Amino acid sequence: MKPRIYIPGDSGALALGADKVAKAITSELSARGLVAEIVRNGSRGMFWLEPLVEVQTTTGRVAYGPVKAKDVASLFDAGFLTGGAHAKSLGTTEDLPFLKAQTRLTFARCGLTDPLSLEDYRAHGGLRGLERAVAMAPAEIVKTVTESGLRGRGGAGFPTGIKWNTVLNAVADRKYIVCNADEGDSATFADRMIMEGDPFVLIEGMAIAGIATGATKGFVYIRSEYPHAVRAMEKAIVIARSYGMLGPAVLGSPNAFDMEVRVGAGAYVCGEETSLLNSLEGKRGVVRAKPPLPAIQGLFGKPTVINNVISLASVPVILDKGAEHYKNFGMGRSRGTIPIQIAGNVKHGGLFEAAFGMTLGEIVDGIGGGTATGRPVKAVQVGGPLGAYFPRALFDTPFDYEAFAAKDGLIGHAGITVFDDTADMLKQARFAMEFCAIESCGKCTPCRIGSTRGVETIDRISAGIEPEKNLALVTDLCNTMKFGSLCALGGFTPYPVMSAIKHFGEDFAPKPVREAAE
Amino acid sequence: MQQAGTQIAARTAEIISELRGLEGPLLPILHEIQHQFGHVPAESLPVIAQALNISNAEVHGVVTFYHDYRKEPAGRHVLKLCQAEACQSMGSDAVAAKLKQLLGIGFHETTKDGSVTLEPVYCLGLCACAPSAMLDGEVIGRVSDPETIDEIVEAVRG
Repeated sequence: MKPRIYIPGDSGALALGADKVAKAITSELSARGLVAEIVRNGSRGMFWLEPLVEVQTTTGRVAYGPVKAKDVASLFDAGFLTGGAHAKSLGTTEDLPFLKAQTRLTFARCGLTDPLSLEDYRAHGGLRGLERAVAMAPAEIVKTVTESGLRGRGGAGFPTGIKWNTVLNAVADRKYIVCNADEGDSATFADRMIMEGDPFVLIEGMAIAGIATGATKGFVYIRSEYPHAVRAMEKAIVIARSYGMLGPAVLGSPNAFDMEVRVGAGAYVCGEETSLLNSLEGKRGVVRAKPPLPAIQGLFGKPTVINNVISLASVPVILDKGAEHYKNFGMGRSRGTIPIQIAGNVKHGGLFEAAFGMTLGEIVDGIGGGTATGRPVKAVQVGGPLGAYFPRALFDTPFDYEAFAAKDGLIGHAGITVFDDTADMLKQARFAMEFCAIESCGKCTPCRIGSTRGVETIDRISAGIEPEKNLALVTDLCNTMKFGSLCALGGFTPYPVMSAIKHFGEDFAPKPVREAAE
Repeated sequence: MQQAGTQIAARTAEIISELRGLEGPLLPILHEIQHQFGHVPAESLPVIAQALNISNAEVHGVVTFYHDYRKEPAGRHVLKLCQAEACQSMGSDAVAAKLKQLLGIGFHETTKDGSVTLEPVYCLGLCACAPSAMLDGEVIGRVSDPETIDEIVEAVRG
């Protein structure tokens, strides 16, 4: 059997030198007169071990990492093609604790398969959901998704099945499925990983959504900061079309569904669903007032399902294994699994898919292993730039939509940024306002003007100018932004600001006091 | 100059005719124009407005809304440094300060010799190997490593 070597093509692995490693392995193979098959798989999600090279052996896949190009010759000397021992040996991949502790439903194939091989996709359980869907009535598909308890993974947590049902019941000559792949939140990369590592699962999920609601056209709106994901999706769509997974007769059924990739242009606010729709239509990415809901009047005024990548990519496994199977994972009203992205100043950063319900402490200290710098964890921001900063005192909060809301936070797209004790929370609060000012679409006043006034007011606190009065002013401003903004950008910017003030008040004390305390 | 403007208009018209069949063709057209010219030339805008039957103001509004579209060509290299929270937690501020000093430019500026344009970016999705950067579309992780900074400076000066 020809040896098979897996070298991730995920952009996280590329950022750490995976292409150089692949090149070194290729030239070492030819220098030694050896032949091997090289698969550029997705990432397993353990970025502290990337580039993670795996070799297929008779006893399973054996991992080596983090591999540098200069390690390659010695790997060959150690007989890594048959799993030989080396300083970079990690043992059998599946036995690595970070992977073993996960429940991979949505990311079941990511890192395992060749992302652009439909045979591989099929061999690992792909297409079963779509095969079931084409044999079901649309209302039955929607019912399955509703019963699974799946909620929007983009951050809002709205029940996916209910959204689909509205579109199913809307009468129109044309309906759309729009996938929101404008993953702009810092600390999130689940959408990127699945598009690069298992693009067919998203295509399958969108095709199922189309059949379920009567939509015949889909768009994946991918941010321009993700060129690798754009290329992977474009290639996968061509392959899916030639196979009949997309087109006038999906898998030979009477259902037509086709899709295309659209690339964003660097506006964070286009991750907001209505501004994304405007952008797709070729307009400024300005937020629309709701109602009308996109499900009734969405893209080009037509009924539109707009879902996040992970929501759509979770649908195939729900259809394949049933609503009950998915629903049995999780806690409370948060059902199923969630790909938690552990990022920033953390020892074991990566993607960890698990059932809802783990505590923040288990995730940060246990799975993440604490900070990369080895210093104490001061704060973690959960849910991206619009998410709250949590202190250690709240580390018993379970990962669940309602539990986070009860602590004045949100899980958002499930990204967690870890900060060590050198973080200045006044600076982080100021950045939240500054980011909102840079990215505001300008439609509503609280967001457009409030964010700039917020930066100025926090600067005055920082300079020690009437700190108490200005803190009260920031609090009042946050209240106005929270309740007066049209969308989550202005509406949620108060979360990081107010949580920083509430939990890390010492960082907002006037400078002389802060310095004296040190 | 007159001739250059005519050429831009002609090429713009070609791009439009290739893409106007798309639903919502304006962003794909602007992306392609920027890909061709390195920026979105002012000469292209009235051609687009005319072809898509929208006003010049609407086209101007769209071009200026999105951070990606450039009014002028960038340097030969474009270096984007992530400045979002996950990268902040790993010292992206210090990396930006260092590179600004080494290149002698600030964000949104191009070196006098036209070799490199420096820009902030808010998230490249490389948050578990922060701080990150993108040089001419290639991703770079853990850019705080002094060796990596040296390699970047060498690459953009070449």
